Amino acid sequence: MRLPRARYLWGARLHCQIILTAGLFVSELSDPLGKVTHVPDPDVLIRARGLTKRFGQFTAVDGIDFELRRGEAFGFLGPNGAGKSSTMRMIGCVSPPSGGELTILGLNPVADGAAIRARLGVVPQEDTLDVELTVRENLLVYGRYFGLPRPVIAERTTRLLDFVQLSERAGDQVEPLSGGMKRRLTIARSLINEPEILILDEPTTGLDPQARHVVWDRLFRLKQQGVTLILTTHYMDEAEQLCDRLVVMDGGKIAAEGSPRELIETYSSREVLELRFNTFEHDQAAEKLTAVPAERIEVLADRVLLYVADGDAAMASVRGLALEPLTSLVRRSTLEDVFLRLTGRRLEDG
Amino acid sequence: MTVPALRARQPRPAAGVAGTWQMAVRAFQSWLVNYRRTWRGSIYSSVLQPVLYLGAMGVGLGTLVDQHGTAGLGRVSYLVFLAPGLMAAAAMQTAVAESMYPVYGAVKWDRTYQAAAATPLRPGDIFRGHLLFTTMRLAMNTVIFLVVMSLFGAVRSAWVVAAVPVAVLTGLAFATPLDAFAVSQKKNDQAFNVIFRFGMIPLFLFSGTFFPVAQLPGWIRPLAYVTPLWHGVALCRALSLGTADLAGALGHIAYLIAVAAAGLVAGERAYRRRLHV
Repeated sequence: MRLPRARYLWGARLHCQIILTAGLFVSELSDPLGKVTHVPDPDVLIRARGLTKRFGQFTAVDGIDFELRRGEAFGFLGPNGAGKSSTMRMIGCVSPPSGGELTILGLNPVADGAAIRARLGVVPQEDTLDVELTVRENLLVYGRYFGLPRPVIAERTTRLLDFVQLSERAGDQVEPLSGGMKRRLTIARSLINEPEILILDEPTTGLDPQARHVVWDRLFRLKQQGVTLILTTHYMDEAEQLCDRLVVMDGGKIAAEGSPRELIETYSSREVLELRFNTFEHDQAAEKLTAVPAERIEVLADRVLLYVADGDAAMASVRGLALEPLTSLVRRSTLEDVFLRLTGRRLEDG
Repeated sequence: MTVPALRARQPRPAAGVAGTWQMAVRAFQSWLVNYRRTWRGSIYSSVLQPVLYLGAMGVGLGTLVDQHGTAGLGRVSYLVFLAPGLMAAAAMQTAVAESMYPVYGAVKWDRTYQAAAATPLRPGDIFRGHLLFTTMRLAMNTVIFLVVMSLFGAVRSAWVVAAVPVAVLTGLAFATPLDAFAVSQKKNDQAFNVIFRFGMIPLFLFSGTFFPVAQLPGWIRPLAYVTPLWHGVALCRALSLGTADLAGALGHIAYLIAVAAAGLVAGERAYRRRLHV
């Protein structure tokens, strides 16, 4: 009685094993990362659910959800202190999340931080270059951190310095370089490991307008090559130029998400009429302006903004009220207006 | 124009992560690249320091000391007594110089530690990489010290060669806790002055380097025995004079290893808390 049963069980076990092995094989085929992960879509490089960062009593990032897809340029727009840098540091695997889920390249940033960082490029908010070394030495040291062989570093250094227009300064010490040059060198450095995701934390903060445009131009080229970019900024023009999709962040939370155009269409009017009055009649004028047909009126300390479909028509009705502003300007809506609408504050107010 | 081709399509297996010590060696290399531009100057001062100390204290002051009898020194000339003690004390000074401001500067001023932390290197790798560099500097300076001291004729036993690793270990017993301390300083470097004035200088003067600890009042002696420097000085001296015994040597070494290891644990933790916030 016993023997046939045992044989039956053995047969059943073998059968199960075959099914299991086949199952594993299939899942391996379907998952290019080589292991079963929770990311169903291999084009989702970063996935955050309820992501939270607390420092003691202070909550810097308050339960945010987002996904970064392969090849896109994704932005976090918000004032200083919105929690953008804390988010970037969690993505950069140098800051363990306090709560929620975070998956980067299908891996867990706490358990596999080193493996993830090996595949990221990071441009931090403040320069972290070794200013006593030369431009080329900075790339050498950084490339060695990734375990790259020297010939590979040398070849990539030539290419990257050409890309960021610093070839002539390759042998120079970093210390005397301008802010814009240091930024470009930091960008070159972040590309030394050919990263799958490039993280930029306020890439042009502190640069003069000309240097900013050079940096934007380089980032735009990277974007066109299909590099996946994730960046933070408190400049709305930067977000509009570089980001395919962005979230507006304020007080640790995400206030809205979409492409720059979608956000403007959803949260603002087509045009904005900006009026400036004499200080003493500012409040009075603002009150009278409620008679103008506008989607929304925003009274700032120094200006009044009328959100309208047609700015010139609105200006005509302002004149009809016998109001004569010192200056008037009709412009298109920007992300700045979106931010103002969503948070009641301006970006630079912080 | 060829632009850096970033892989936009194919996910790759984890590259760039290696064993613990291989990762530390990568961090070590960054210190080496920096040292390439300053090594000459550092060698001059490594030679000059023992020459000045052994000349002024060992020979100059020593001549006076020797006239009063050398029974308290173990019947050797003051120069022979002093030199191995100074070797250990110099290792402590090297350790302090390589630990405090270089670490503080890397995390606070240049933020090169933060740059390294953004790569596959873990905080512990960055810490151990710096310790490798400190060990190299300790070994260099101690060997130079040994050569200078031999030229002064201040060596009595071939065992003095074994004093080199002992001095290096003495230095590491200071370097590991001081690295941990320096990396934790967030606001400013004020605490360093306290350590220099009330830590390093008294240790340098009262740990048996310049006179036997037996000369100290009885109640203060245990304090000297607790400091790693006294153990380093005592063992280096015993080896240089050829009076070392195995039990004593192992005791000193065990104590120094224990302090260095405690600093290693503290440093691992301090680096992580500072770089992974």
